[in-house]
Amino acid sequence: MEIRKAAMAGTLESSDAQVTVEPGQGRIDLNIESSVIHQFGRQIRATVLETLKRLEVSDAKVTVVDKGALDCTLKARVECAVYRSNEITENLPWGGVIR
Amino acid sequence: MSHPNKKRLRRSMMFLNCQKPGLIKDPYIYKPDSIMLDLEDAVAENQKDAARYSLYHALQEIDYRGVERVVRINGLDTPHWKEDIRVCVAGGADTIRIAKTECARDVHTVEEHVLAAEKEFGRPEGSTLLMAALESCKGVLHALEVCESSDRLIGIALSGGDYTKDLQTVITGTGVELQGARQQMIIAARAAGVQCWDTVFTNLDAMDVFEEEVKMIKMMGFDGKSLVNPRQIDIVHKIFTPSQKEIIFAEKVVREIEEKKAQGIGVFTVDGKMIDIAFYDGAKRTIALAKASGVYEGDL
Repeated sequence: MEIRKAAMAGTLESSDAQVTVEPGQGRIDLNIESSVIHQFGRQIRATVLETLKRLEVSDAKVTVVDKGALDCTLKARVECAVYRSNEITENLPWGGVIR
Repeated sequence: MSHPNKKRLRRSMMFLNCQKPGLIKDPYIYKPDSIMLDLEDAVAENQKDAARYSLYHALQEIDYRGVERVVRINGLDTPHWKEDIRVCVAGGADTIRIAKTECARDVHTVEEHVLAAEKEFGRPEGSTLLMAALESCKGVLHALEVCESSDRLIGIALSGGDYTKDLQTVITGTGVELQGARQQMIIAARAAGVQCWDTVFTNLDAMDVFEEEVKMIKMMGFDGKSLVNPRQIDIVHKIFTPSQKEIIFAEKVVREIEEKKAQGIGVFTVDGKMIDIAFYDGAKRTIALAKASGVYEGDL
């Protein structure tokens, strides 16, 4: 999927993550900020990149501000931001690329 | 054939806002019988989409350890409910709570879309149960037709806030404004053989009033209550679980009725109380409730 415009999902509350996607420069630029970056930074990065790959996003600037989100929350916030950037809210592929 | 979970124990049904990951990640630690993951009123209008992604992954990835996963979808008068149904069924929700139900047709409309979603996502047809929230005077007056509307329907729940608004009064704390609806709904539910749940109690500083209300709705015949805070769960379970005294008496009633029946005796006394066949179903229900609540160790 293409990132058509900047979009954000999530909050800065505990157990959440705020994910912003913006049109990129031909690649994925991923910036992660997390209070648990030393313990879980690698895992957060892997989850975000896997989710972007599933959604076939290959050109985006992605910013994640993590507040101790579980993997399932990270995925949910990345997916929400990407679909928001395309203004898609219906007939989503649950169980397809969203899984 | 009826769904095996249609009549499971539902004393406590705790609301959780799907917009808040911190709330939906581990509510099973409080051991409610059911959680109600909310896509409706608790979720801000511009976050309806975000709540669905969280819901989908929570349903798919979090082990709720046997706690029933009910999802409250947005009303049929909103643009959200169709996608809500798709995500519920795709994620494998146990039950969908239909908001603002006014008549059987509302249940049929949701049922048609649930069936379509079960086909789309390869879920067994009929596997998604439904419950209906009655939130208006019209809904309460149509309680019986709602209760009889679908094989998937497990029961009806009163939503007191919207109902009292429609009635042009407010929640007073005395329960007087809810009397008619409660009575009408429990009678309709029993006539149709489905369950019935009372509305939420939101004043967390008045736990004594809450406890009295739970005792009252138990006496009225309700199966349980919608809850807004984990602190309310233990109180509901304590009141809705038969005491050892009640269990022992129920056992005696069942055994005596069976024994006396064989001897051709119709009426007799147990612990000084007159007993006849009319007490049999109630005693069996007490034992079934004790079993479902995990406090029965007998052999009936």
